Amino acid sequence: MVLSFLVPLLAWWVLSATEVVTSRYLPTPGAVLSAGIEMVESGDLLSDFWASTERVLYGFGLALVVSIPLGILMGSFAAGQALFEPLLGALRYLPAPAFIPLFLIWLGLDEAPKIALIFIGTVFFNTLMTADVVRNVPRVLLDVSYTLGASQTEVLRKVIVPHSVPGIIDAVRVNVAGAWAMLVVAEVVNSTDGLGRSIIQSQRFTQVDEMFVVFIVFGLIGVVTDIALRLLRTAVGRWAE
Amino acid sequence: MTDRTDAKTFGKTLELHGIGKHFTSRGQTVHALEGIDLSASGGEFVSLVGASGSGKSTLLALIAGLISPSEGEITLGGVPVTGPGPDRGLVFQAASLYPWRSVERNVAFGLELLALNKTERAQRIDWYLAETGLLDRRAALPRQLSGGQQQRVAIARALVCEPAVLLLDEPFGALDVQTKEDMQLLIGKIWQDTGTTVLMVTHDVEEAVFLGQRVIVLGSAPGRIVTEFTVPLPVDRDLAIKRAPEFLELRASIEDMVRAERLGTTNGIRS
Repeated sequence: MVLSFLVPLLAWWVLSATEVVTSRYLPTPGAVLSAGIEMVESGDLLSDFWASTERVLYGFGLALVVSIPLGILMGSFAAGQALFEPLLGALRYLPAPAFIPLFLIWLGLDEAPKIALIFIGTVFFNTLMTADVVRNVPRVLLDVSYTLGASQTEVLRKVIVPHSVPGIIDAVRVNVAGAWAMLVVAEVVNSTDGLGRSIIQSQRFTQVDEMFVVFIVFGLIGVVTDIALRLLRTAVGRWAE
Repeated sequence: MTDRTDAKTFGKTLELHGIGKHFTSRGQTVHALEGIDLSASGGEFVSLVGASGSGKSTLLALIAGLISPSEGEITLGGVPVTGPGPDRGLVFQAASLYPWRSVERNVAFGLELLALNKTERAQRIDWYLAETGLLDRRAALPRQLSGGQQQRVAIARALVCEPAVLLLDEPFGALDVQTKEDMQLLIGKIWQDTGTTVLMVTHDVEEAVFLGQRVIVLGSAPGRIVTEFTVPLPVDRDLAIKRAPEFLELRASIEDMVRAERLGTTNGIRS
């Protein structure tokens, strides 16, 4: 665990400190650290972080609100699957960033097109993955529930949903990374703030050290999100370990 | 502890009239069952044996109401069976417990769907946990249980709804010999304590004879009733009876019958 971080860090330090790669392209760890401190002190990093996080929360949150019930419906009912699966299966292969120009025309330049891109970029995958999880509920559990007197709604509520929760959390863990990728695309194309926007800003002034700071922030966000979702999964899905 | 043999759903007669079941896949029709007439009156223990492909499990699924017959009618206490319901409890061979629910909450599942007051619910759960020897494991999760304990939970969960008929689909097929015998004794005791009608499908003829008052032999392709044996043994049986001459004799003749059916002949030639 420690080693998997330590080895690349050491390589980075060696490469930059020996000037094998010029510091203009590859800053030293020390330079990145001081750039980071500067960015935190100026407050830019925090405001960019919040701007981006808010977009992901809205866009991905909306995608979850739509995709989880829809996926459960598709996975539980043959009719739901027949109705939505072919369309969603095709739509998910449309590269979401292709919609950016359309969103800019439809939704303006503000927050809406960014949130829409994150939504579109994650909603199809999460729906189909949720449906797969739901379809994996063993047939025998459904059968036994019906023989115990459960109605379809009761089976959905008391069997399908609780059995699927850990798997759905796993799907969310995978797709949250997609949400951040979409965020960066949206901010690179058109934004006045946010972490993605700050990378473009750094490129203009060849401030590679500041780019590295943002990369590290993205990495930390990823690790923290993953740990949080893992803890959640363990808390609700101890039975599935 | 109160006796539960007076529960109102017990004592109903289960009747199957001319039951047939066909499955069609890729234009081919498979006759799983044909012309099944069967009756089990209140409190009987009926064993069903037959080679694989005799449609034993299909028959239980039909009685449970999970699938509908292609021909014929099933009635329980004179009322046609149209779908699954808690008056016919089903216990599968495979693990069928809710893995996220404790033993107690697995057993409680069927009762949660009924309008019962808390005291009545708790009493019933306790009675069936005690009956199946699970009181000290009530808080455990299914994955913390042995195979035998898991099957006991499945049995308690079906019984707590106090079904008129308990359907057992090779319930001990996945257990080791020792556990299997313990479970046979347990199911015999439960049958006597509750007064429920039991229909048990098994491929184990010894088990069928040990537990059943009647043993029905199914033939394959299509599944149909070949013959029926009455077991001339007392209601109270212990494991020693498995070595009694009349037990061994009956067991041998049923095994011959099953083997003959498997080999596609009904004239009893020994292989």
